[in-house]
Amino acid sequence: MAEPMLKPPKSAISPITWVRQNLFSGWYNTLLTLVVGYLLVIGVGPVFSWLFFDATFLGSGPSDCTGTGACWLFISERLNFFIYGFYPDDLQWRVDVMFGLLALSFVPQFIERFPGRKWFGLFGLTGLPVVGYFLVPGGNFGLEVVESSKWGGLMLTLILAYIGILASLPIGIVLALGRRSEMPIIRGICVVFIEVWRAVPLITVLFMASVMLPLFLPDGMNFEKLMRALIGITLWQSAYMAEVIRGGLQAIPRGQYEAADALGLGYWKKTGLIILPQALKMVIPGIVNTFISLFKDTTLVLIIGLFDILGTVQSTITDPAWQNVAIEGYVFVAFCFWVFCFGISRYSQNLERKLDTGHRT
Amino acid sequence: MGTIMTEQTQATDPKKPVPSQTENKPDIIRVEGMNKWYGDFHVLKDLNLNVRQGERIVICGPSGSGKSTFIRCINRLEEHQQGKIIVDNIELTDDIRNIDTVRREVGMVFQHFNLFPHLTVLENCCLSPIWVRKTPRKAAEEAAMEYLERVKIPDQANKFPGQLSGGQQQRVAIARALCMKPKIMLFDEPTSALDPEMIKEVLDVMIELAGSGMTMICVTHEMGFAKTVADRVIFMDGGEIVEEAPPHEFFTNPQEPRTQKFLEQILQH
Repeated sequence: MAEPMLKPPKSAISPITWVRQNLFSGWYNTLLTLVVGYLLVIGVGPVFSWLFFDATFLGSGPSDCTGTGACWLFISERLNFFIYGFYPDDLQWRVDVMFGLLALSFVPQFIERFPGRKWFGLFGLTGLPVVGYFLVPGGNFGLEVVESSKWGGLMLTLILAYIGILASLPIGIVLALGRRSEMPIIRGICVVFIEVWRAVPLITVLFMASVMLPLFLPDGMNFEKLMRALIGITLWQSAYMAEVIRGGLQAIPRGQYEAADALGLGYWKKTGLIILPQALKMVIPGIVNTFISLFKDTTLVLIIGLFDILGTVQSTITDPAWQNVAIEGYVFVAFCFWVFCFGISRYSQNLERKLDTGHRT
Repeated sequence: MGTIMTEQTQATDPKKPVPSQTENKPDIIRVEGMNKWYGDFHVLKDLNLNVRQGERIVICGPSGSGKSTFIRCINRLEEHQQGKIIVDNIELTDDIRNIDTVRREVGMVFQHFNLFPHLTVLENCCLSPIWVRKTPRKAAEEAAMEYLERVKIPDQANKFPGQLSGGQQQRVAIARALCMKPKIMLFDEPTSALDPEMIKEVLDVMIELAGSGMTMICVTHEMGFAKTVADRVIFMDGGEIVEEAPPHEFFTNPQEPRTQKFLEQILQH
């Protein structure tokens, strides 16, 4: 499989020829092109006007939003609340540090030639949660305590999604391996765990975590609401993750297991060095799909009274001082989610390309 | 294919190994009264086989005769239900430590190569020495390069298996098994999945290996190879060892009617 000496010829068609061939090749095609073009102009035009040209970006208060376009002023005025929730203003630098570290860990992953980017990524997966654990709630090293009930906005969304993603992957791997174990007890436990959690809607899980769990816990033992939500999300997500990974495990040909056995690699080495690397690589699209859907599902914490980014926006758009800013609010939330989810998606494609060793078994 | 190779290996083999002098060597594999069932199906029936150190055994027989299953029992890729298999003085039982010890000493080459596609050729070869034998990485890599040279593909060391031809992959698989410095090598139809023009390069490597005194058990249809290197040829049919003889006798004067029929079928085209 040597590199081909010549690339396949590119189609050398000028844009005008392309347009003529594809858009105006007959009277009906021409008609269709004109109709669609007209619809695009009258449909997309106003959207752009509303979003940008007629929109209000600058000003000092609700009274400045007089135009016919979007009132982005509302977003910029309330941005602090949308990002930090009720986190005290003078302590927000702690969250900013976390945002900075998050960016530092993962933005280099998109830059092919960034030196040592692997280590930045590794820090993002190991050091970052530790730093966050001490920095965001405070309480140690002379940092003032900020109760989790004051956390909110984008910061809370990222905490929920990040911890959920980070914790569910290893738990999911363990569950998937357990489900394929030859030991009946371990297999049984994993099957029950996966089937129970996967069959329950996340809303129910969150409700149970916030309302019912405290009833069952012994007196004096209690977690914060956020912690309970996090545990619920993680366990629920692990069940999904386990099934995605199991798909990958099942796709590994039996010969790979036999070759590893024949070389004397024991179960853990066989699994860690041969099976999992191939299985995980194979299911990257599925894993990322699950990550993205978890990222968006975190918005459901709204119903147990946690204010993630959607919650903060939703509680603000009813503010009578601002009139009719609901669309702006939701567009803003949608945009934030899109940025992160698209980023995750691009990164995974990047990863797939990099890990492709040209094998098809 | 059998006949083609018969001529090729005989005509073009300048390094035909001398018959191994193993009469006084101790047995390294002992199979005694071994039986195996798949459910109700009796796959292996009362097999007995002693292999001396350095001996080269070729097992042949029609498909479904249990020959692959038999050699896969020797490193416990399959378990037997009755009888004894003793490899290098260790009996194969349910004891996982015994199994791992035996597997370290027994290399295996598969029909479909079974290289690890996510690792380079060199990594494929070094993996087990590093993780199982605890060889330092550098020493393992040097040893691996030596074996890759021996199978004549040192220049492919940093490629991935998917970039190699079938014959090259099988030679890497042989090198990978040799890197563990095994006492015994098992070959499970190593050339059956190869295009005809690649069979010779793999057989050459195996013939060279036979010349080095390795204990080898090969399941193969390459009768030329059997004639060249085998000390004994074993013919299996229906899960039984039907006949067992030195190659010269086996090919010129088979005793059992089933062997005669088999040889007629594979040698006459």
